[in-house]
Amino acid sequence: MAFADEYREEAGEAIPIEREAFVDQFPHDAFIVRLNLAVAFGSLGVGGLFGMIQALHRTGIYRGFVSSADYYTLLTGHGVLLALVFTTFFITGIFSWAVVSSLDESLNDRLAKTWFGTMFVGTLLAALAILGGLTGGPVSADVLYTFYAPMAASPIFYLGATLLIVGSWLAGLDWFLAYRRWRAENPGERIPLRTFMVLATMLMWYISTIGVAVSVLFFLLPWSLGLIPAVDPLLTRTLFWYFGHPVVYFWLMPAYLVWYAILPKLSGGRLFSDPLARVVFVLFVILSTPVGFHHQYVDPGIPEGFKFIAMTNTMFLLLPSLLTAFTVVASMEHGARQRGGKGRLGWLRALPWDNPAFSGCALAGLMFAAGGFSGMINAGMNINYLVHNTLWVPGHFHLTVGTAAALTFMAITYWLLPQVTGKNLKLKTVAMVQPFTWFIGMTLMSNAMHRAGLAGVPRRTAEPQYANVEFENVIGGIAEMRLQIAVGGVILFVALLMFLAVVVATWFGERSQKLEVNSELPPALSGPENSPVVLDDLRVWALIAIVLVAIAYGPPLWSMVADGLLAPGSPPIPV
Amino acid sequence: MEIHRFEKLWVALALLLIVGFIGTVTYGAVGAGVKMVDDSGGTVDANALNEHPRFGEPGTYQAGENEYDVYVVSRQFLFEPGTNEPIRVPAGSTVTFHITSSDVIHGFEVAGTNVNTMAIPGQVARVTVQFDEARNYGIICHEYCGAAHHTMEGQLQVVPQSEFSSADLRNPDAVSADRTAPAGDDENEEETR
Repeated sequence: MAFADEYREEAGEAIPIEREAFVDQFPHDAFIVRLNLAVAFGSLGVGGLFGMIQALHRTGIYRGFVSSADYYTLLTGHGVLLALVFTTFFITGIFSWAVVSSLDESLNDRLAKTWFGTMFVGTLLAALAILGGLTGGPVSADVLYTFYAPMAASPIFYLGATLLIVGSWLAGLDWFLAYRRWRAENPGERIPLRTFMVLATMLMWYISTIGVAVSVLFFLLPWSLGLIPAVDPLLTRTLFWYFGHPVVYFWLMPAYLVWYAILPKLSGGRLFSDPLARVVFVLFVILSTPVGFHHQYVDPGIPEGFKFIAMTNTMFLLLPSLLTAFTVVASMEHGARQRGGKGRLGWLRALPWDNPAFSGCALAGLMFAAGGFSGMINAGMNINYLVHNTLWVPGHFHLTVGTAAALTFMAITYWLLPQVTGKNLKLKTVAMVQPFTWFIGMTLMSNAMHRAGLAGVPRRTAEPQYANVEFENVIGGIAEMRLQIAVGGVILFVALLMFLAVVVATWFGERSQKLEVNSELPPALSGPENSPVVLDDLRVWALIAIVLVAIAYGPPLWSMVADGLLAPGSPPIPV
Repeated sequence: MEIHRFEKLWVALALLLIVGFIGTVTYGAVGAGVKMVDDSGGTVDANALNEHPRFGEPGTYQAGENEYDVYVVSRQFLFEPGTNEPIRVPAGSTVTFHITSSDVIHGFEVAGTNVNTMAIPGQVARVTVQFDEARNYGIICHEYCGAAHHTMEGQLQVVPQSEFSSADLRNPDAVSADRTAPAGDDENEEETR
């Protein structure tokens, strides 16, 4: 096969090639990508440190860092910095790279600086409000990542969160404008896959962030400023979850972009099917938003029927993930066979496990499979009763956002960073071990969390030791689970430090004459030519998505609003 | 559009799996009769719970023969009743919990059972459950509700019928009165809407 030789040499990362780095071609855009990555990794470090402290505190191994009251400040910081700040900045970084490199079209530099600045100021404000909780001063935001009313944070927190989201909207605008410029020059051509994925993700993001934007701008911000006396806690909670599950796909879809667009090349081959990749992203646009009620299965005030609709939609969201599992594994197998892999499973050995960009993505995908199935338990309306708000839930999302997304982001940084800095990766051995370290830490922590959740141990608490409650464990002892959570949390933080060490060493290293990686990506085995053009018509899919949202959310939201927009109301309660 | 043979097979299996999952949940609701927490509890004024006929004096009310309503107010950082005095119900009876909050969002989980719900200000969560045998259960708040959230716990005592007396009821008259006494809960909540 002709392409085999052609791409085999690209797969072996040790073969030096002439520099054709992203940074040489698009210096301004590479600068924007670097800015975004810097903020992402900074918040990853701080948020990860908070995470380790929490693991030690809540398991009772060591409670000397903070008091149990201040634990919740760290918990808020951990959630906001990792789930919102790290992810959003990494995503705006890699999406900027994806759009510019696949369209061969620069971003609008002024707009790019504007959206970055908006997001950055928002992050600073939110971080200031959260960390203020440690000083005992008037500014605090110990309201956790979900900021359920009527628990009130400082208005600075809500303002910061708003700016972060508005900034991400402007980033999307920047990418849509780049696409429009490209379209004017390339009428009738299929949208390049990476750009298609970015635009589909942003469309989903626009539709789903409306919920949290309405909640914060019209209710929580004026309420925290004293402009309106009360808000309806169920309404703001519902608006939060309208956004709160789609945000999961905002983290995952960039990981999928990496798995579809880059992982096949790292495996030594090509993407298996471009059309199915598009179908998967279209399914996410349509199905991501009308699922949020599955976080509210045990909420009073919401009719059972709407919980059932959300349940069916959630279950169908399994489809794009299962399709992804097929395509990604098939692409990896194809790559392995190009590298000389043989046998039914023997090809697995031929994959480049010593390349951290590859091994990180592959391990992340493996853990996502486990996380996907524990997610199905969460989605199951009746078994959800057993696990709702228990430690099972963080066990689950540390596999999805904490590994599928975060480990993929870290892994692909090993590949992306040289291209946006023009510097070869340093501390290669550390980088090589890092994904496996993360994998081990997460295996310990999340399996113990899942099992403790089945025993009824609650999430979000500084001290899950109660005088009157005995948790009946299913397998293993509670003490053993605690130890695993603590040890796993520490190993994860070590893996995080390893990652940051590689990033810092590379970032401040000298510029290389020759780069060991390039951003050329081979075309898919099945190209987009054979797929219907309507797949690329994002307006159609947006319209269908909005109709589904209206069906799932229209009537219940209407019934909450019908008894008065602010009733039954609650005044702000400072934490 | 080119879809490979194995892809088609995979899609078919994936859809089968999904429909199977939905089927099991549907069976749970229709066949096994697993009830969801829904909007049947109605709404209340969280700022005036004292004036509410039942939440004003939370506790166990007799609703019918071997049927009890338990009204619980969650507030930072206790369940009333539950924390300072345990909730008491007789074994072998049908118990309907009515749970609300007077301040922020709390959780209400009877550890080791399916009684697991949110306590949201302004909303009443209604959960019906049968306790067959006498034993004590711990109750925990599983939603972060403030700096002392981790101290918020309570107790549920399911006691033998013989140990349960009118002193455990908030409406002791109902025991001697005839069984036509109003069950009352729905109407009462409607009134305060």
